[in-house]
Amino acid sequence: MDDRVGELTRRLRATGYLADDDLATVLFLALEMGRPLLLEGEPGTGKTALAEAVAEALDLPLIRLQCYEGIDATQALYDWDFPRQILHLRALEAVSAEQSVEEAEKGLYDERFLLARPVLAALQQSPAVLLVDEIDRADDEFEAFLLEVLSTWGVTIPEFGTVKAAEPPVVVLTSNRTRELHDALKRRCLYHWIDHPDLAREVAIVASRAPEVAETLARQVVEVVQQLRTIDDLQKPPGVAETLDWARALHRLGAVELDLDTAAVTLGALVKYREDTDKVDEAIRRMLG
Amino acid sequence: MSVDVLLGFTRALRAAGVPVTQDRAQSYLAAVACLGAGTSAGTRAAGRATLCSSPEDLARHDLVFDAWFAADEPGRRATRPATRRTPLDLAEDTEAGEPGEAAALRASASATEVLRHRDIADLTPAERQRLARLFGGLPVRLPRRSTARHVSHRRGQIDASRTLRASLRHLGEPARIHRRRAGTRPRRVVLLLDVSGSMSGYADALLRLAHRLTAATGSTTGVETFTLGTRVTHLTRAMRTRDPEQALLAAGDTVPDWSGGTRLGETLRAFMDRWGRRGMARGAVVLIVSDGWERGDPAQLREQMARLHRLAHRVIWVNPHRGKPGYEPVQGGIRAVLPHVDDFLAGHTLATYTDLLGVIADA
Repeated sequence: MDDRVGELTRRLRATGYLADDDLATVLFLALEMGRPLLLEGEPGTGKTALAEAVAEALDLPLIRLQCYEGIDATQALYDWDFPRQILHLRALEAVSAEQSVEEAEKGLYDERFLLARPVLAALQQSPAVLLVDEIDRADDEFEAFLLEVLSTWGVTIPEFGTVKAAEPPVVVLTSNRTRELHDALKRRCLYHWIDHPDLAREVAIVASRAPEVAETLARQVVEVVQQLRTIDDLQKPPGVAETLDWARALHRLGAVELDLDTAAVTLGALVKYREDTDKVDEAIRRMLG
Repeated sequence: MSVDVLLGFTRALRAAGVPVTQDRAQSYLAAVACLGAGTSAGTRAAGRATLCSSPEDLARHDLVFDAWFAADEPGRRATRPATRRTPLDLAEDTEAGEPGEAAALRASASATEVLRHRDIADLTPAERQRLARLFGGLPVRLPRRSTARHVSHRRGQIDASRTLRASLRHLGEPARIHRRRAGTRPRRVVLLLDVSGSMSGYADALLRLAHRLTAATGSTTGVETFTLGTRVTHLTRAMRTRDPEQALLAAGDTVPDWSGGTRLGETLRAFMDRWGRRGMARGAVVLIVSDGWERGDPAQLREQMARLHRLAHRVIWVNPHRGKPGYEPVQGGIRAVLPHVDDFLAGHTLATYTDLLGVIADA
């Protein structure tokens, strides 16, 4: 494909993130067109890791906003530092009595009393990478407010004025699809669905993320995990994050090859549901036995 | 590649059911220009990134893409998927509109009362039409839950930032102490409607009930609707259509498996894996409307219901046959689920739907 896409893939690879052509192309488009990138996919497929890799590859600061139910503007955008404002007022009173009320008030809404939360920080520090993680956990109201920031790249603070980004930050939104996002927000974004990687890519990911793990072990681990993903009644099929955890756990126990006993005792790194443990245990026995 | 061909593609994609808007089409053109319009891979990547917003959209995009950009082979054109229209007559209600006739009105009122208690599956098409109009009058109230966000209130814990802000207004003099308490918001309601053959008499009424609930909430997180048949279909988008008749038509277009078989356990598992576990069922009021005819393995159904029960705030099972005389819950499916259900209700008449809405509201 495009040379510039290839260049981007190489820079991501240098940070240890292996992106396939589709992902690199979408990311390239997002950077080129100045649009936010909406990533969806199974948990543990590297959505958050991509934002970290982009920040590192482009040598930009990463600012992360973790969404949760009930998050609002004072936690995402800005807040005034009330205690300091009051201290400031008291100090003014003590020093000079002749200052007018307006002046004192003006002095209160100064930049030094402004607490920049992630979104404002990203706008102020831009160029930067803003990661809005698990946007599906936040409420609709928050989405609407984010939409405003993402379309104007600016925030209006009534007492202070408008803060505009010198250049739009790179914005990566991730979602686990626990609920449908609003269409208006989706329309602003470029969309990409991240799938589980294929065998060769996952082996390469383990080699790049956990280079200490022996090559044979890495390959065996990935083969087992890829097999497990095809069992269709698992509550939570293991993601790449679990593959890495498991490989590292086995390595810590001194394994250079996968065997039944070590596999059985380290299963906790791979499977997080009691119902799955038995099925996975049985499947591994079948595969290795 | 000319702009016309690309725009034609966006229209074909819209016809195939992907909601392509004007601004999306614009971004598409910009993205294609960005990647160089010459390459097929670039055009495909641009379309996937700008025109799609869900995995389903991606699959449709690729199908239409192949059909549209495959050279002008005869017979390989993107066609609109065959749709099934729910037959509906929108004729005016002449019976209740007659003015001045008190006796006729009274007759109509009592006919309405009778209709409220008639089994929906046994109604004639004309009676169904009259019943459809009554759905608008069902009282809907959503259950509420408390949130992390606070609202100001006379009593409760002290709201430090509001108190300080108020005192700041008086140049730092201590002012009234403000208080706050946890706010509330509607709890999510998830409807799982069985649309298999044995439930076909109730499908229309159930969709109207779902539409009534969806329309009453306004918020986008309020009510989610799914149909269970041989597969799970997410119907919420269709149910958001304001007009009930249009919403039912949209539902008819969306659901591929009307009056098919039921594999309740399997479809329930598909729902849990794809939506439920990720958060849609968590803390929600889940309403399952089904007669419990299970062709698959009751053990699987039991396991999935147990899973659902652990996640959901309240599980309500509505069985249209329950209100009928002589009904015993003997089907394997129903016996499997009863231990994992909080409420087991009837659902064969409009009157039972009113009771049902009351149970949902108080959940």
